[in-house]
Amino acid sequence: MTVSEIHALYQSGKTSPSEIIEQAIRRIESLDPKIHAFAWFDPQWVRQQVKVLEARGGGRGPLWGIPVVVKDNICVQGAPATCASKILSGFDPPYNATVIEKLRAAGAILMGMANMDEFAFGSSCEHSCYGPTRNPWDLGRVPGGSSGGSAASTAASFTPLALGSDTGGSIRQPASFCGVVGMKPTYGRVSRYGLIAFASSLDQIGPFSSTVADSALLLGAIAGFDPRDSTSGNVPVPDYLQEIKQGAKGLRIGVPKECFGKGIDPEVNEALQQALEQCKKLGITVKEVSLPRTEYAIPTYYVVATAEASSNLARFDGVQYGYRSASGQTILDMYAKTRGEGFGPEAKRRIILGTFVLSSGYYDAYYGHALKVRTLIKEDFDRVFREVDCVVTPTSPTPAFKLGEKLADPLTMYLSDIFTISVNMAGLPGVSIPCGFTKAGLPIGMQWIGRPFEEGVLFRGCHAYERAAGWHTKRPPLS
Amino acid sequence: MAISLKDVEYLSHLARLELTPEELQRFAPQLEEILAYVEKLKTAPTEGVAATTHVLNLANVFREDKVQPSLPTEQVLANTSSREGLFFKVPKVIDSS
Amino acid sequence: MNYTTVIGLEVHLQLKTATKIFCGCSNRFGAAPNSQVCPVCLGFPGTLPVLNRQVLVSGIRVALGLSCGVQPRIVFHRKNYFYPDLPKAYQISQYDLPLGSNGFVQVGGQKVRVNRVHMEEDAGKLIHKEGENASLVDYNRCGVPLLEIVSEPDMRFPEEAHAYLKTLKGILEYLDVSDCDMEKGSLRCDANVSLTPDTKVFGSKVEIKNLNSFKAVARALAYEVQRQAAVLDEGGRVQQETRLWDDVKEMTQGMRSKEFAHDYRYFPEPDLVPFSVSKEEIGAVRAVLPELPAQKADRFVREYGLPATDAAGLTAEKASADYYEECVKRAPEGSQGKTLANWILSDVAREMNERGLDDIGALGFPPERLVELVGLIQSGVISGKMAKEVFIEAVESRQSPSEVVKAKGLAQVTDRGAIQEAALSVIQEQPRAVEDYRGGKAQALMFMVGQLMRKTKGAASPALSQEILRELLEKKNA
Ligand SMILES: [Mg+2]
Ligand SMILES: [Zn+2]
Repeated sequence: MTVSEIHALYQSGKTSPSEIIEQAIRRIESLDPKIHAFAWFDPQWVRQQVKVLEARGGGRGPLWGIPVVVKDNICVQGAPATCASKILSGFDPPYNATVIEKLRAAGAILMGMANMDEFAFGSSCEHSCYGPTRNPWDLGRVPGGSSGGSAASTAASFTPLALGSDTGGSIRQPASFCGVVGMKPTYGRVSRYGLIAFASSLDQIGPFSSTVADSALLLGAIAGFDPRDSTSGNVPVPDYLQEIKQGAKGLRIGVPKECFGKGIDPEVNEALQQALEQCKKLGITVKEVSLPRTEYAIPTYYVVATAEASSNLARFDGVQYGYRSASGQTILDMYAKTRGEGFGPEAKRRIILGTFVLSSGYYDAYYGHALKVRTLIKEDFDRVFREVDCVVTPTSPTPAFKLGEKLADPLTMYLSDIFTISVNMAGLPGVSIPCGFTKAGLPIGMQWIGRPFEEGVLFRGCHAYERAAGWHTKRPPLS
Repeated sequence: MAISLKDVEYLSHLARLELTPEELQRFAPQLEEILAYVEKLKTAPTEGVAATTHVLNLANVFREDKVQPSLPTEQVLANTSSREGLFFKVPKVIDSS
Repeated sequence: MNYTTVIGLEVHLQLKTATKIFCGCSNRFGAAPNSQVCPVCLGFPGTLPVLNRQVLVSGIRVALGLSCGVQPRIVFHRKNYFYPDLPKAYQISQYDLPLGSNGFVQVGGQKVRVNRVHMEEDAGKLIHKEGENASLVDYNRCGVPLLEIVSEPDMRFPEEAHAYLKTLKGILEYLDVSDCDMEKGSLRCDANVSLTPDTKVFGSKVEIKNLNSFKAVARALAYEVQRQAAVLDEGGRVQQETRLWDDVKEMTQGMRSKEFAHDYRYFPEPDLVPFSVSKEEIGAVRAVLPELPAQKADRFVREYGLPATDAAGLTAEKASADYYEECVKRAPEGSQGKTLANWILSDVAREMNERGLDDIGALGFPPERLVELVGLIQSGVISGKMAKEVFIEAVESRQSPSEVVKAKGLAQVTDRGAIQEAALSVIQEQPRAVEDYRGGKAQALMFMVGQLMRKTKGAASPALSQEILRELLEKKNA
């Protein structure tokens, strides 16, 4: 069900939040053991919120009585936030993220914490201390990552909405693998206050939903300037649902020629071409554009993101919260053992890499240099956006891969983020929506990229396409 | 760029991150492979290009000098596994810097 | 062998803003452990810093006060290192784009250049437990706003470093942005010192920490200069290191466990945006800058006719300059400006020194009392010599000078009759001196005044005694 469908039921008096929530709880309890979208789920905690909501009275917010699951790296008072890492085991944040306060104000019911790759390091949701999440379309495959739990929860209809975070594609890629809508807003559109940082200059919180309209609704509820986040943009939040009504006619799409080289799955290519044909029928013009610096996006990302991560993750030292090794006798030992035992292998690898690129003698060659290349990547987009309103690419070169398939080879795993990463590097909004299925029945996603703070334009194009194509009506065959 | 075991050991010390012998063995070639891939950046035409540290051109974001409530001490200490009285407790610090 | 000593000082100044640098926690000193902290200054996961505007304003004020240029683009960096008093494992500080740079402090005739003034956050406090493998951490101080003021290595002697620090503290007090209290740690100083046999090369730099007073700075530097000289004399090499000053043992000691050199991995803080300060904003801060010591000294010379050295002495510390001006304001017309200055620079200063006081206010001898004391001298109630005693007693007993004079019966005898009586007996007892005086020896009069004073146990007014003796001698002569 979509948010508007649920609200219609509430409006008609046919059902109440507690009934909807009980349904959701039952569904999660019966199906999540197979999928494992949740890192933490406590029905009593959920029911308590419903009680509070129903007692609250007053005006009903735009998400009144709507279940939402939150990625395990967003701080919610009363729920753990562990980033799916042993090192944060048991961490109970003493404060709410700004997005959580906004969700609560809008009347949402938080269903629990969604599984993820540890500290958002990964594209498969396999690097979690809670074990992997499975793709609802094929339990032998990954849901994508790092926001795999949020994507899977939405695809499995556990919750109509979910929040994820996206540093290099962590919302869009799992949305694509799970056949749902996943939006990474413009950097600074949504407050990062309360999002446990991976790479501060790239991270954004964004919505998952099964329709574009719901994505627009959720983004509208969480977006806006936050005095607690210096890097949030002081730009008014438009009414995205109103904007959607303007339709897609006259929009200009650019398709970068660099996105169709080797490594692209033919079925993905085919689905995208058909989607573009469909767009033309909607009065959207499609032209080829060029983003020549795309080839630099991944190496730049792995320098910038790991450097920032190595610093952001330094605070996990066992002193104030989370795991502490019992065997550390000296302070040095305590740190090294706590961190050595608390972090998983991918986190360790990235911390080491990030430490290296910042270390004395290498900063200029790596981090300093990457920041300049970042400028080049951004300039590519600036130029293209003088000609077109949106850039469209496949979200991922392939559909969902099998569990364990890429675990052994970190570099190949990194390369699967090729289409999403440059969007973070340039700080642009990007959304992945379903654009077809493989013969084997796996969802395929297409990514729409827009100008800064023009999420509304993306929603217009995507909504029009979604209504015409109808992929959103397909649900995975879960019993 | 060649990455030796010693390099990884140094980095693991700098990051206060104990690695198992297997991890040390594994990370050196993996790091080397990733860095070889990152070498590609050297070909980028960055001469005269400014660094991007923030994608938005924001500047001068402040808060006013007004006191807000602090966190109650019991909440401050609620998450630690080692405290004494109102303090956090750690193994003795002997200028390990 | 002779060496050139090169000294530079690094001062950390806590700003007395209402709140911390990046969060709304109170910046009050002395709260219960871990009671003045919030998720932001505790570095809890997910939290973000937001700069306190007042920190930048105070920072600009200090930069201008030290004649620094204010950078058009100010950026914060992360300085990464692990220490239990640093909850994020990085300090938000500044690196290559500090707030102010290229300033100077005029120390007597010498210009000590100020390399930079930058903003950063303070760390928490550690308490090391005796007899147990444990340290306790209090994070209240985390996020207290600091300015780091780094001098160029322009000083050649420990005394110069001491004088620079004193002058710097004076200026900072005038700027009124900090308590500048070394004991409470609101002003902290680290010193870098190296010795070199050749002025063209720099020797290995040793950093000295744990300097908690002006005295410690001077002593530690003197110690370190000797230590390094001894090492070099024996043909050894001075190790580049950080050493801690031990106030009790009066020596510096190298820190242990230096397996690896520091690598702070500075990079621009992505959680804070850059800051720029317009010419207008700088102008606005400049417009409200207070009169600084050097300017005030000039004015004291002009306005109160003081010698330049007195003016400099009085204005070195804001408290004493203010004290002086309060006195002048209260003194009757016809100005005792010079006398008051002498009193402050000598007796008052000596008394403060003896009592180990830094603050003239703590002496408990407010300006009106000094004015009263000087008034008692000028009206002849007490002699200058007696005034010194009265002053000490007044400070001791917290009484006013008049009260002291009354209580101790210290008022000088100004009764002409009583003095005349004593003078006559002196003339009688000292025929030799009388003869000398009459023979033209002027000193003989002073001798007789002394005798008279002795007779009256010092109570007679010296001026009056002299006058009466002369009258009597002249009369008899006639
Ligand atoms: Mg410092
Ligand atoms: Zn705080």
